[in-house]
Amino acid sequence: MADFIDTDFYHTEEFLSEEERLVRDVARRFVDEEFLPRVQQCFREGSFPMELVPRLAELGFLGVTVPTEYGGAGMSSVVYGLISQELERGDSGLRSFASVQSSLVMYPILTFGSEEQKKFWLPRLARAEAIGCFGLTEPDFGSNPGGMITRARRENGGYLLNGTKRWITNGSISDVAVVWAKLEEDGRDVIRGFLVEKEREGFTRQNIDGKFSFRASVTSEMIFEDCWIPEDNLLPKSGGLKSPLMCLTQARYGISWGAIGAAIACYECAVDYAQNRKMFSRPIGGYQLVQAKLVTMLTEITKAQLLAYRLGRLKDAGKMRPDQVSMAKMNNVSTALHTTRLARDILGGNGITDEYPVIRHLLNLETVNTYEGTEDIHRLTLGRYITGLSAFE
Amino acid sequence: MKVLVTVKRVPDPETTIRVKSDGSGIETDNIKYVINPFDEIALEEALRIKEKLGAGEVVLVSIGDSVVTEQLRTGLAMGADRAILVGCDQDLDSLAVARILAKIVEDEGPQLVLMGKQAIDDDANQAGQMLAALLGWPQATFASEVVLSDDQQAVKVTREVDGGLETIGFALPGIITSDLRLNEPRYASLPGIMKARKKEIKEVAAADLDADMSPRLTINSLEPPTQKEAGKKVETVEELIGLLHDEAKVI
Repeated sequence: MADFIDTDFYHTEEFLSEEERLVRDVARRFVDEEFLPRVQQCFREGSFPMELVPRLAELGFLGVTVPTEYGGAGMSSVVYGLISQELERGDSGLRSFASVQSSLVMYPILTFGSEEQKKFWLPRLARAEAIGCFGLTEPDFGSNPGGMITRARRENGGYLLNGTKRWITNGSISDVAVVWAKLEEDGRDVIRGFLVEKEREGFTRQNIDGKFSFRASVTSEMIFEDCWIPEDNLLPKSGGLKSPLMCLTQARYGISWGAIGAAIACYECAVDYAQNRKMFSRPIGGYQLVQAKLVTMLTEITKAQLLAYRLGRLKDAGKMRPDQVSMAKMNNVSTALHTTRLARDILGGNGITDEYPVIRHLLNLETVNTYEGTEDIHRLTLGRYITGLSAFE
Repeated sequence: MKVLVTVKRVPDPETTIRVKSDGSGIETDNIKYVINPFDEIALEEALRIKEKLGAGEVVLVSIGDSVVTEQLRTGLAMGADRAILVGCDQDLDSLAVARILAKIVEDEGPQLVLMGKQAIDDDANQAGQMLAALLGWPQATFASEVVLSDDQQAVKVTREVDGGLETIGFALPGIITSDLRLNEPRYASLPGIMKARKKEIKEVAAADLDADMSPRLTINSLEPPTQKEAGKKVETVEELIGLLHDEAKVI
């Protein structure tokens, strides 16, 4: 394992408080000692290491920013970012598990839930006694979530849900799903959030198989067929597409840190390989074309670190805007993906085997570049910000 | 039961150490520091003793300038109750460290002092033994197992010695220094880190302790170990034997 500071070219370490560095180091050690020894097998088998979930909870990695009164760690967004970075240095699937639980399940319950919902679910989710998932995307509605066809209809003092959600991380291992559906209110459709427990009748899940990416992560489809839930399962303060988008802003923020972790893992591997692999008369790191690739990788990592760090401080100061998150998610994931591809190239044939982490991160980042707002969609969001003109429709 | 645990700030063992060109020390720019790994093991043992008894206090002590609070805070986040920082900006040899610690022990009155067997920076392996001598306390070094008696008045310590294990016992108070296999230290958790914010780090000036800190050792120079040369692959056993005989001259 290369030294951490080798990838901290602009000394971003100095921006961090003693406590932030400590949390980062704890997450780093957890990944090195407990996760990395098993990731190769998980990715080969296509399984998520469920046995590590209690450890994630014990260390306080689920609900990092959730107040302590609800069982969270009550820490800053920079801390959450640093944990995301270290988890994704392990694998995007590990980071996604924590992202979904924290940003897409605990955050909406904390933000849109009733006091009873918060008191019941948040401590359980923090302790991993309950696992959650987030159902927004549908088979035919990805980049345009507002077009969703999943519906909730008032019935028997509750709601009847119908529809299908797809590409749901943790879907089939979750105890509760945060499901977004259209509900008719005063003659018009409003997107609302609902909590659906796994035992509800009419709620079925199935895994999406055949993935070549995110193999150490559970991805599912969730089907609701006349699935009845009580009135109390509505997230009362949710209303409109803005609600799920607020959740995604939280998750995308974490992803913009996480991608750096994946890039660092590949960069460290590529530097080590380039220094030791000899071709013709000397290490391949001595050749200009290989050096140019390594320079691009370190430069992109350094830029991404500065974006993520600054975004984190803005977020903690309550000044972060969603379009700023779009820039960090778009840039950090797409440059991380580019970095993994360059690393793959430097490793030659070895770059395609799972003896090295590179191909696994590369394949994962193909997903990360698409989910939570594709690179193109974030570009259009920023295009609209700059010009005031929407290019979506 | 009160347990005092010593904590030294040392360069991370995973850090690449570079010796200054004039040999006066190591380059400290961009070096990450951690709790000396053997001290971390000592702390883990202290925490386990406290958890087993369901009562007691684990007190950390470190000597150095204010940057050492980072390691003390880490120890507090792991679960220690409070910490003492002995402020001192001069380099200390093992005897000076032991003399300062003896003053702290007199002041705190712990039943047990748990220390790392050595610090991984200078590898002196002396402070524990010297502290025992200064206090006139029994000591067990290189501990791989510590068992407290039911009445909490004595300990049995298994030590890793050449050729095997030795078990010794003594009445408390006493000093134990930890070896690598004593336990696997826990990580600080986020809740632990939050709790550590409110824990006390008491600052004491070394100069006020009336301990003799005059140096008895001087470091003349440091030099990096010679670079290891790459190995050779041989095709046959005969070739290997030939090289061992002619080149390495070991057979």
